[in-house]
Amino acid sequence: MIDKKTLLASLLGASVVLPLPALAQDSASDSDPVTLRMAYDADPVSLDIHEQLSGGILQLSHLTHDPLVRWTKDVKFEPRLAADWERIDDKTMRFTLRDGVKFHTGNDFTAKDVVWTINRLKRSADFKAIFDPIASATAIDEHTVEIKTHKPYPLVLNLATYIFPMDSEYYSGETEDGDPKDEIVKNGDSFASRHSSGTGPYEVVSRQQGVKVEFERFDDYWDKDSPGNVDRLVLTPIGENATRVSALLSGDVDFIAPVPPNDLDRVRADKNVELTTMSGTRIILMQLNQKRVEAFEDPRVRKAFNYAVNQQAIADRLMKGFATPAAQLSPKGYDGYNDSLEPRYDVEKAKELMKEAGYEDGFSVSMMAPNNRYVNDAKIAQAVATMLSRINVDVDLKTLPKAQYWGEFDDRAADIMMIGWHADTEDSANLFQYLTECPDLETGAGQYNAANYCNPELDEKVAQANVETDRAKRAEMLQAVEKALYDDAAFMPLHWQDLAWAAKKNVKLEPVVNVMNFPYLGDLVVEQ
Amino acid sequence: MIAFLIKRLMHAFVVMFVISVISFAIQSNLGDPIQQMVGQSVPESQRAELREELGLNDSFLVQYGRFATNALQGDFGYSYFFNEPTTEVIQRHLPATLELVIAATLIIVVFSVPIGVYCAIRPRSALSRFFMSVSIIGISIPVFLTAIMLIQLFAIGVDFSPFPVDTGWGQWLNGVLSTEGGMPSYGRGNDLTHLFGTWDSNFFSLDGLTYLVLPAVSLASIMLPLFIRLIRAEMLEVLQSEYVKFATAKGISLKRIYFVHALKNTMLPVITVGGVQLGTMVAYTILTETVFQWPGMGLMFLEAIQRSDIPLIVTYLMIVGLIFVVTNTLVDLIYGLVNPTVKLTGKPA
Repeated sequence: MIDKKTLLASLLGASVVLPLPALAQDSASDSDPVTLRMAYDADPVSLDIHEQLSGGILQLSHLTHDPLVRWTKDVKFEPRLAADWERIDDKTMRFTLRDGVKFHTGNDFTAKDVVWTINRLKRSADFKAIFDPIASATAIDEHTVEIKTHKPYPLVLNLATYIFPMDSEYYSGETEDGDPKDEIVKNGDSFASRHSSGTGPYEVVSRQQGVKVEFERFDDYWDKDSPGNVDRLVLTPIGENATRVSALLSGDVDFIAPVPPNDLDRVRADKNVELTTMSGTRIILMQLNQKRVEAFEDPRVRKAFNYAVNQQAIADRLMKGFATPAAQLSPKGYDGYNDSLEPRYDVEKAKELMKEAGYEDGFSVSMMAPNNRYVNDAKIAQAVATMLSRINVDVDLKTLPKAQYWGEFDDRAADIMMIGWHADTEDSANLFQYLTECPDLETGAGQYNAANYCNPELDEKVAQANVETDRAKRAEMLQAVEKALYDDAAFMPLHWQDLAWAAKKNVKLEPVVNVMNFPYLGDLVVEQ
Repeated sequence: MIAFLIKRLMHAFVVMFVISVISFAIQSNLGDPIQQMVGQSVPESQRAELREELGLNDSFLVQYGRFATNALQGDFGYSYFFNEPTTEVIQRHLPATLELVIAATLIIVVFSVPIGVYCAIRPRSALSRFFMSVSIIGISIPVFLTAIMLIQLFAIGVDFSPFPVDTGWGQWLNGVLSTEGGMPSYGRGNDLTHLFGTWDSNFFSLDGLTYLVLPAVSLASIMLPLFIRLIRAEMLEVLQSEYVKFATAKGISLKRIYFVHALKNTMLPVITVGGVQLGTMVAYTILTETVFQWPGMGLMFLEAIQRSDIPLIVTYLMIVGLIFVVTNTLVDLIYGLVNPTVKLTGKPA
């Protein structure tokens, strides 16, 4: 080793370079508790896992609670609290629950907790929409639950990934102030937002919102086969990208997420740190508003726009390979993913189509995109605007912070708007319902369809698929919808955003990551 | 004195009133708080319900009236994000910011006075020229850049080897240019000493102090050069004055002239500027705290803006306004102590 004398350090004085006591613990022997210090861009807003449907809350749910089933890396189901399940009829699914599971309070986990949790989910403002198809949940015996749906519903298992049973006994009754312990309060104090009891691998031991949350391994965790060996978790929110990366590189934390794409190379180059990436399921697309621009009613113009944009170049150069170019909404692994669809890029073809449609000289449009919501969002919008100039389309681009952007989006304030979408149910039908169905204020269909694209035939097909419980048949139907949307150029798909995590070499992230972007930290192994 | 304080109190009220009106008036441009509170797939009907519940549909005057009535009773509302009274949230974040400002002020005072005085006494020396040119650089580099550079140099470390590594001199030169890192890069650390209430301090342990060094240095980096130049300029002027010449002629030792007679008069304007800058420094903490993830008011404020947490934004702005008024009042009082010829009430407001 080269002995380094650091001039700058010696100028500042010796105290400056003293190593942290925390660092010294890393090399401790096996018997010492293993601590994982992790930094996320934000900490969970509440301990109540039904208060908000967001990444932060779901990550928390996987720490303090366990779902009935969970997703594996290749978008399959893995049994957790539900040991087994079977479909009784079109509308009924029966789950057999695991035996001998305990809540953090010591209460036994039984079927009544599952029923209680589902009923509470149906009351939550954020979750009630996705739990709408469920009619009722009944406890058959201590360890069997039946979930009935209003109509035949193929996605009961997808919903079961959101059912993290809560300790019903613990949340029953009233607080000292006379408020029910199970109430869900969005903007105020509630019992559940400060107290937590689940069956998960970790218990919250302390929480200072916006500063840090500390977890400790639950001694009576049911999953004795879990390889996880982390005894203590410390989660610190670090919103600033550069700081989060610095904290990892300097060894102040062991694990960070998300990794900003601009720092991927820097993280990759560091010999103490390992980068883990996988393709994600969040689609980034542009919507061409037909209500605002007459030309967009012509499928030839929409196609021309699609031909003009080089998705591969955006993914390679702008996203530095941190994205998968898309030609459809459904990512690989979804039932609706149609592998015959390829991104189309051909400027000549685009010009031809514009000429055919009578817009050889192009026209002017406005475009809006957020600048802090998706990875490189503003830059992507600029690239698309430049690419469109090659077919003589003059784009007036405006980028806004997300807090302001969504208001504009709701007003459909520009001719072209950017949106990213991840299906809460990990299913193609959800993508269609929100992004391409005919907008209908009453039913909430097409809530984020800023293109105003409307094809009742396709909507009908999606509705049929949603009552088709034969998975193979259903996949065929959804893939046909993707194809139809592609042929119609209903929108401009850009790419699926990749996911990235980075951790010290001894943190074995690879086996616990999954498409949901929440590594299953309960099973995480940290080598000593 | 009492008349002066009463007048200042009234000032404070006017300032707070204006700030609250302005921050209330811009809230419609801060984005929709509901958007930040609910998931993306929540239907519009749910959002409307929540909006009604929070009273966001009322007219500006009704909303402001409600806020003002409560504020007069000390109730500044609930933070949308923290689900707590905003005053409590700020109370919890205030100590971290104050410690950072105190640490930066200490650095500024300890370095600026001797350096400034030296540069005034020996304006032509090489060292003075060096300080002057470095201070120009210090003023020109933005705080966040200084902060990121400090992190790279002292937290991560830089491995810079333009010289051959197989020779002794090359190794030595590379070593001089490289740094090892090892300083904490974010946060306040775990080794905090509890003082009282919500105040946990970094000042009483070595570990706590190491966390404080980098943020405090970067916060001080803007003000330190400013004060060095200010003290130098004032001191130069004082040294030209008649009474200094007279004192020299009288044979009083130079040391006494410099550090008793001249320095005292130099400090008058410095205190005035210092007081105003102290308030500005609280504002600069927004950048420093963001880069270092220092859990103080600045970081809290920036996040509140991103979340459209309007009650918290309004309360923060009002409290910072209050800090400005209070520091300025204190400066005026101290001014009177240093220079008894200044009459407080006689001073134009």
